[in-house]
Amino acid sequence: MTQATATAAPPSAPGTLSRASVLVIVAALVLAVALVAGPRSGAVLAIGLGFGLTLEGFRFGFTGPWRRMILEGDASGLLAQLLAIGLVACAALPLLAANGAELKGAHAPIGFAMVGGAFVFGAAMQIVMGCGSGTLVNAGSGNAVGAVALPFFAIGSFAGAYHLSWWTALGSLPVATLDGTTGLAITLAGLAGIAVLALVFGRKGSHRLPARYIGAALVLAALAILHLVVAGQPWGVVYGLGLWVAKAVVAVGGDLSGSVFWSAPANAAQVEASLLVDVTSLTDLGIIGGAALVAWWRAGFASPVGVLPARAWVAVIVAGLVLGYSSRLAFGCNIGAFFSGVATGSAHGWVWFAAAFAGSWVGIRLRPALGLEVRR
Amino acid sequence: MRRVHVGLLVALGVAGLIALDQAQSAPLNPYTAPPMVALGSGLAATGGHCAAPPPPAQ
Repeated sequence: MTQATATAAPPSAPGTLSRASVLVIVAALVLAVALVAGPRSGAVLAIGLGFGLTLEGFRFGFTGPWRRMILEGDASGLLAQLLAIGLVACAALPLLAANGAELKGAHAPIGFAMVGGAFVFGAAMQIVMGCGSGTLVNAGSGNAVGAVALPFFAIGSFAGAYHLSWWTALGSLPVATLDGTTGLAITLAGLAGIAVLALVFGRKGSHRLPARYIGAALVLAALAILHLVVAGQPWGVVYGLGLWVAKAVVAVGGDLSGSVFWSAPANAAQVEASLLVDVTSLTDLGIIGGAALVAWWRAGFASPVGVLPARAWVAVIVAGLVLGYSSRLAFGCNIGAFFSGVATGSAHGWVWFAAAFAGSWVGIRLRPALGLEVRR
Repeated sequence: MRRVHVGLLVALGVAGLIALDQAQSAPLNPYTAPPMVALGSGLAATGGHCAAPPPPAQ
């Protein structure tokens, strides 16, 4: 009896101390980055950690809710995404209208490659069950599929950026944006319209959002607004991943002068500068770290890694490359194009959503054929 | 294999990336860094973003 009671006892003081120590170490790391790279770098890294903590802590993402909407008619996750985007738009569009010289939106042109890229991205994100932010979260939390996909995602992002000007020259419209009060009204009406569609096609009762979805939407929106205010630009993911590979290419003696994109002065300067002053690199690293913290906190690292057939790993590698490449042609992933694009009034964000959602429908049906799940 | 092993590999990769970056990048100088908050700084946002249109093809 005594022994059983001892076995069932809650974690003792050393465990609690250990958690406190880890939090102190994380805070010290953020402070160290602020001291060596500047206060903005420290702040952006902290915001990135917040994104990772929120996404993994609330078990919230983009790929899963889309999958549940398509397969089960469960609209709740998609509705939470729309809520978060709407909240960000309410702050971002007025801020951009009043401070256009200091802040910029995620504004990109709609074009053939952009639409095709978004469609392919939607399919690939369902294959690896991770979008831009999702792959970072998965890798940070010890998910082997996410960890294998991430470096190939980065390589694809580098290659997509390398060829981006060629793809864009195939045909693009001028950048179209929704600005000011009218733009905000149209954006909110559009989000409400998608919500109504999701409810019409969704199953009965899925309008009731679980508390964790509402919490995730509120915290993500607050962090995204803070990101815009601190960094001067909206939350993005894939630029940083491509930059990591560009720096590796230069480190081994590679020459980027053949790329219109990487040889452009602004991008060449980013390749030369430290990652600790690149906004998207800092948020990406923060997301990985935040997700790892939650996984560790919940003792999630003790779980075994699932066994997959060889063809599934090949599919993950190919899908990772495709995710990276297509997200550059699409001018962003679910974060840079959909979340931040729509929230800052870019028309390409709406087109991205439609194309990627259609691609997701295809990707979901490809998963069983690739050995990533049993056939339904 | 457990998730902790995957997590450690990812952490190792991140540490290697930062080490490589610090070895080859221009030295950091916090005294020339922009202010903590872009809003109200009077400076234009210059960071890279995936939605930024590329330079025209040559």
